[in-house]
Amino acid sequence: MALKQVSPTDEFIKGLWRDNPVFIQMLGLCPALAVSNTAINALAMGAATTFVLLMAGLSVSLLRNFIPREARIVSYICIIATFVTCVDYAIMAISIELHRALGAFIALIVVNCLILGRSEAFASKNNPGRALLDALGMGVGFTGALFFIGVMREILGSGTLFGVDMFPDGFQTWTVMVLPSGGFFAMAIWLLVVNWIRQRQADAEKKGDERAREAAS
Amino acid sequence: MNAPDPLQQKKTSTWEMYRSIVGIGAFCALLIVSVYQGTAGRIAENKARFLSNAIAQVLPAVRSTVEVSLDTNGALVAATEPANLPAFLGYGEDGELVGAVITAQAMGYADNITVLYSYSFDLEAIVGFKVLETKETPGLGDKVEIEPHFLANFEALDARLNNDGTALANAIVTVKEGKKTDPWQLDGITGATITSDAIGVILNQGSSYWLPAIERDAREFQPSSGPLVE
Repeated sequence: MALKQVSPTDEFIKGLWRDNPVFIQMLGLCPALAVSNTAINALAMGAATTFVLLMAGLSVSLLRNFIPREARIVSYICIIATFVTCVDYAIMAISIELHRALGAFIALIVVNCLILGRSEAFASKNNPGRALLDALGMGVGFTGALFFIGVMREILGSGTLFGVDMFPDGFQTWTVMVLPSGGFFAMAIWLLVVNWIRQRQADAEKKGDERAREAAS
Repeated sequence: MNAPDPLQQKKTSTWEMYRSIVGIGAFCALLIVSVYQGTAGRIAENKARFLSNAIAQVLPAVRSTVEVSLDTNGALVAATEPANLPAFLGYGEDGELVGAVITAQAMGYADNITVLYSYSFDLEAIVGFKVLETKETPGLGDKVEIEPHFLANFEALDARLNNDGTALANAIVTVKEGKKTDPWQLDGITGATITSDAIGVILNQGSSYWLPAIERDAREFQPSSGPLVE
């Protein structure tokens, strides 16, 4: 049976929802939980990770015939670490304050299993165009997931969004939401929502198939 | 004769391994060095701006600074190269000495906390405070940066020297929230006990190290005798 041809659009879209790296594949959870205590930190970490995903995906795809199978992991890690170092310098050049807020987690992008996973599972087997689309979709999906977690934690934990007060004076903030445990709570709530929506979609598709079969018979 | 093992046929040669690893290493090294060279100037500017903004926040009257260090005899001299934890003498618009700014560090709850604080010669007190670097728990330990009653400690935190001018007259210590009775005590924060205690330790250590020499020698300094940080 011939494999179904995946369109370039689908290559991009799959990372946003169907194969979302955080909510579906559960990859890269360390930064997703650690740096999502504010929306701006979540966006900055998402943007940095997306850049590294794109550049690592492009490089691995371009060099896929040059890198022997036995040396692929060390080569991918070297490429990823290089772009993470470049991002680290770039963030320091843009804003020292932002660099301080993201702390050690910029350097830890090197060991984000999402990037190594996409390099190994996709970029090393596909052309640069598809590798870029896949990396962009996964990067945007990762950033979106971090942003949703960050918004929930910042609003409930600090009573602000992007530093702007969201509640009148007297609102008692849920400090636990900006603590590490709050990352797990927010993640659990979003997983509940995502899985509930996916279950509804699956049920609707199942019912549609049944109706189609009944109509056909 | 048997057919060759297909796995053996696919084996990568040593040359191919060298070629790929060395090639990728060279490409990565070139890229890192290029980006470093391209951003080094901007990073140095940002760091200098961040430090001078912090100095202006803790000592608003300052217009120029001289970084200082202690020589082997404990005398105050102009620093010849930037220190990890620098101290500065601050000068006003007319070149008059308006205070000293000190960087100090100690272990907090999660990691080292680095703070910048200013010392007023007139009041013989710490009159400004800013956390430069912290990894304390968000929502708890980081209250030392925003809690109004804690920041009120730095309106004039007593840092007088003893009669000999060799040490602080009273050690700077953190006390429990609401228990402050003396001007050299820091009113702590309930829920951020370790962090607020660490701030007391940092200020006490930093002041014990720097203030005897600063009080003794700073007035002899001229604003032009060292590098200015604008």
